[in-house]
Amino acid sequence: MIIAERKGLDRIIEMLDGRRSILVAGCRSCVSVCQAGGEREVVALAEALRLHAASKGMDRSIDTVTIERQCEKEWVMEIAPLIEGKDAILSMACGVGAQIMQQAFTDVQVFPGLNTEGMGAPEVQGVYEERCGGCGDCVLHLTGGICPVARCSKSLLNGPCGGSQDGRCEIDPEKPCAWDMIYRSLVRLGRPDLLEINIPPKDWSHSHHGGPRRVVRKRAVLSEEEVA
Amino acid sequence: MTDCRSNLQRVLDSGNFAVTAEIGPPKSASGEAVQRRARLLKGHADAFNLTDNQTATVRLSSMASAVLCMQEGVEPVLQMTCRDRNRIALQSDLLGAASLGIRNILCLSGDHPRFGNQKGAKGVYDLDPVQELMVFRMMRDEGKVWGGDTLEQAPQVFLGAVANPFADPLDLRAVRLAKKVDAGAEFVQTQAVFDLDRFERFMKQVRERHLDERAHILAGVIPLRSAGAARYMRDRVPGMSVPDEVVDRMSKAADQRDEGIEICLETIERLRSIEGVHGIHIMAIGWEDIVPEIVDRSGLSQRP
Repeated sequence: MIIAERKGLDRIIEMLDGRRSILVAGCRSCVSVCQAGGEREVVALAEALRLHAASKGMDRSIDTVTIERQCEKEWVMEIAPLIEGKDAILSMACGVGAQIMQQAFTDVQVFPGLNTEGMGAPEVQGVYEERCGGCGDCVLHLTGGICPVARCSKSLLNGPCGGSQDGRCEIDPEKPCAWDMIYRSLVRLGRPDLLEINIPPKDWSHSHHGGPRRVVRKRAVLSEEEVA
Repeated sequence: MTDCRSNLQRVLDSGNFAVTAEIGPPKSASGEAVQRRARLLKGHADAFNLTDNQTATVRLSSMASAVLCMQEGVEPVLQMTCRDRNRIALQSDLLGAASLGIRNILCLSGDHPRFGNQKGAKGVYDLDPVQELMVFRMMRDEGKVWGGDTLEQAPQVFLGAVANPFADPLDLRAVRLAKKVDAGAEFVQTQAVFDLDRFERFMKQVRERHLDERAHILAGVIPLRSAGAARYMRDRVPGMSVPDEVVDRMSKAADQRDEGIEICLETIERLRSIEGVHGIHIMAIGWEDIVPEIVDRSGLSQRP
């Protein structure tokens, strides 16, 4: 899932300066699971914005909606009637959802209410950790099911740097060292031999460094007749 | 055929115990500090490492510092981290270094930007140090850049790597070094040794894998200037192991500076007796002036 975190209230207020009619739009998907942009967070933020507006004597209306999936145009288009008369949409979805929202409603400016923090999973309740770097060339079979691209602070592919101590990463003792985890996992799996293999330079062109990626699933693409 | 080997490589190839020392480039557009240190240290070591924006702090570039050293008649070891350059820049800089006469290259990942004065910098890490060695060896031995494009002239360089016997997991440290040697490392400079017991355990693993026969290992030492410095390294520097005895000894010393030098000399003495250690690498961070005294009192002042 996508992990995201809400921007600070001050930052959101600053972004929305001068806007009089705002739609706060949440998403019931990933950001709802990580408690950043689901219905509950949308209602709470809208209330905070109303209180702020009232305290400043601002003439501002704030409506809310929470969409099933903000990253899919079909769901987004359903809220078209709510956009009437709005001069701002505060998207409480990930960066993808916010973009689809802007793509769907080209005349109203979309503001990002969240910061997208990557692809990850809940570690324990309330703690969400990045797990996948989206490199486009997965090596998990070589690294004991632990991603060095996303989970090593230096994305090292051939073992830990000199700062790994007591299983912790040198940049932050709160963060586990990915290579310490990889080592343990490969030993448990009976594959310590994989630790001895030199992984050659990675082809980053499969990642974002090859430009924005596009996946075409031919069997799912509708023919011209089908579209008609 | 002319011998294009570096002085450091000749010293190590001939079986002599090598000495290298570190020179930290200044936060300055003036090379005077590097030149002054080069003049001061000339003849006291076989080659001198120029650190590459150490602790991720912006400094005079290691390449420029290396050239400044050569102008003073001192042989450089050019440190090249994977943190700041992608494979295009690293390969280009290797060609540049070779064209300027730099013969010793040290490949390393580099301190994370989190530690320096550019905390918001994007760490590159296009290559890791093992891959950096693979690429550089291909350039030298096959005369090709990564991907196969042919070079008009291959860079003649002596390739080095770093090893930290004190980071975890311990059992992975010799494995990691083996990978670097497989990738092309011909000399290895280690993190500073204070914990000799652990270093001996590491060297045992290194010998079991015959890595000491395939690469020259230079053990790192840091002369301690104060008990505070010892404590800081013990408590604050990830991947360093400074035993409590060392900190205690420094704390109780009447003259901490002298005690620090004494500990360093004893460490060097013991390192010289460890099978597979072919040299020492002195990192007198901010205290480079002390290097001649340490080399001299270690009985290593007669450089080959």
